[in-house]
Amino acid sequence: MLLTSPAGIATSHALRRRPGADVGGAVFKWLLIGATVFATGFLAVLLAVMIVDGWAVLSGNLWYFLTHGFSQRSAAEAGVWQGIIGSLQVALVTGVFAVPIGVATAIYLVEYAQNSRFARIVELNIRNLAGVPSIVYGLLGLVIFVKALEDFSKGATVIAGGMTLAALVLPIIVITSVEALKAVPDSLREAAYGVGATKWEVLSRQVLPAALSTILTGTVLALARALGEAAPLILVGAATGFLSFGDANVLETFTGPYTALPVLIFNFARLPGADWGVNAAAASVVILVLVLAVNGLAIYLRNRFEKQW
Amino acid sequence: MTSDASVAPAEATPGSPQTRIDVSTAGHHRDDAQTVFECSGVDVYYDDFRALRDVTLEVAEHEVTALIGPSGCGKSTFLRCFNRMNDLIEGARVEGTIHYHGVDLYQDEVDPVEVRRRVGMVFQKPNPFPKSIYDNIAYGPRLTGVKRSELDDVVEGSLTRAALWDEVKDRLKMSAYGLSGGQQQRLCIARAIAVQPDVVLMDEPCSALDPIATGRIEELIAELKTDYTIIIVTHNMQQAARISDMTAFFSVQPNELGHRTGELVEYAPTSLIFTNPDDPRTEAYITGRVG
Repeated sequence: MLLTSPAGIATSHALRRRPGADVGGAVFKWLLIGATVFATGFLAVLLAVMIVDGWAVLSGNLWYFLTHGFSQRSAAEAGVWQGIIGSLQVALVTGVFAVPIGVATAIYLVEYAQNSRFARIVELNIRNLAGVPSIVYGLLGLVIFVKALEDFSKGATVIAGGMTLAALVLPIIVITSVEALKAVPDSLREAAYGVGATKWEVLSRQVLPAALSTILTGTVLALARALGEAAPLILVGAATGFLSFGDANVLETFTGPYTALPVLIFNFARLPGADWGVNAAAASVVILVLVLAVNGLAIYLRNRFEKQW
Repeated sequence: MTSDASVAPAEATPGSPQTRIDVSTAGHHRDDAQTVFECSGVDVYYDDFRALRDVTLEVAEHEVTALIGPSGCGKSTFLRCFNRMNDLIEGARVEGTIHYHGVDLYQDEVDPVEVRRRVGMVFQKPNPFPKSIYDNIAYGPRLTGVKRSELDDVVEGSLTRAALWDEVKDRLKMSAYGLSGGQQQRLCIARAIAVQPDVVLMDEPCSALDPIATGRIEELIAELKTDYTIIIVTHNMQQAARISDMTAFFSVQPNELGHRTGELVEYAPTSLIFTNPDDPRTEAYITGRVG
């Protein structure tokens, strides 16, 4: 045959699969699969270990565990009720302080300061702040919220803890809100300006509603992160020992001693004896469920608000 | 539909090869027409970059003025001067003067929001709000304080004027995103006229549309000019020839530093521009030798 150029007649031989033609691709694919299996497997093992270790509590007296407070006398008498309430209270205070300030900062940076040098520098610094270890925020909280602002926070209270965690998650809320606002197409802003809307009308009726679902998701995820933090709370005075709400009403508990789930886990884990270890594992499962519930709420909110149109 | 002879349906049918040059039916009542915009020595800068140089022209009431020219010649930039849309772009600066019914648009006392309520805009890509069809139209009137009881009438009137009412009257509460591209653009036109502007600016309103939708918009423009003054940027010379009374041809020449500053080459009645242009650059462009 005279025609032998590759682009010539496609014989059945030319089209045949050649073994080993894409070895690199196959290896890469299996590496990716391996990484995925390792990552999820690691999580699954962690979860399984916690459930197995905490099984005695989780299967036996879960209700007692969830509804009773801390006791130093014996592991069997200790529960996580105060931790659950404390964590939720701290998260509430965190949200109250961090969400308005964080979202407002993002709106200013994106919609008002726009691309100015100042905005770029602030944004860069906020991104760096998001990487600061949480223990540093704990020190900051101790100096500022517990000591300097003692008149307001009443010392090492839920309010001081919440404000400390607010400082911790503020950069995360700012960054996700900035991204959400930047994702709103300029054509939407132009359309509103084009019919004679003022800046406030464009923001409040078009831009913010369009960015809301993403902002909400980021905010809730940031609060979930706050729920899991132990180190800064220990520094700003979450109790690691005995504590009682006594007759305090709900408002008073915000300015009283408190604890939080991660702090309780830390506390359980360092007490001697295998039965305390069971409590630590069970409490870990409780906090995981709590965090998962919050994340689920974030997903629900996102779907809810996105589906509108 | 329209009774305007210049846009008889057969001629507006897109895809037909004929290029209608003669727009004499539209008439050139330049002598008795009111001047809406009077631009004098307009320069536009983006920071240090001069995008447009020394534009001087007048726009007459109830006429369609087309701005044509190659990409990057500054015609869209110029269009955005008329409703101070360039204010939104950081670093944009307009020099020279633009008078709107005798008022200097760029003096300090002028509120751009008030300008935009009188000088509406339709954009290149249809950009409805992520809301219902009804709320898209009602958005502007609500801002200007139109009473709730009158909103229904305003919405119906605007949609009717934009030749969309019959297609959407049964689904006003549904998302505007469910409309086709051409319908969305007519919705945007309806939204623009719902605030009862004086002028409607259109920035290549048909560039994202198919020929049939384009034909519809062109019919609509001919209809609307009885009530509004229209300034339209278009890439399509046949379109400019079909729908406009006056045509401004912009061009751009890189200078020795490689900067591309647009300038107005020729501004004349459309029939003249397309049959007997003064400037050789205009002739080269409209005959397809350049651009």
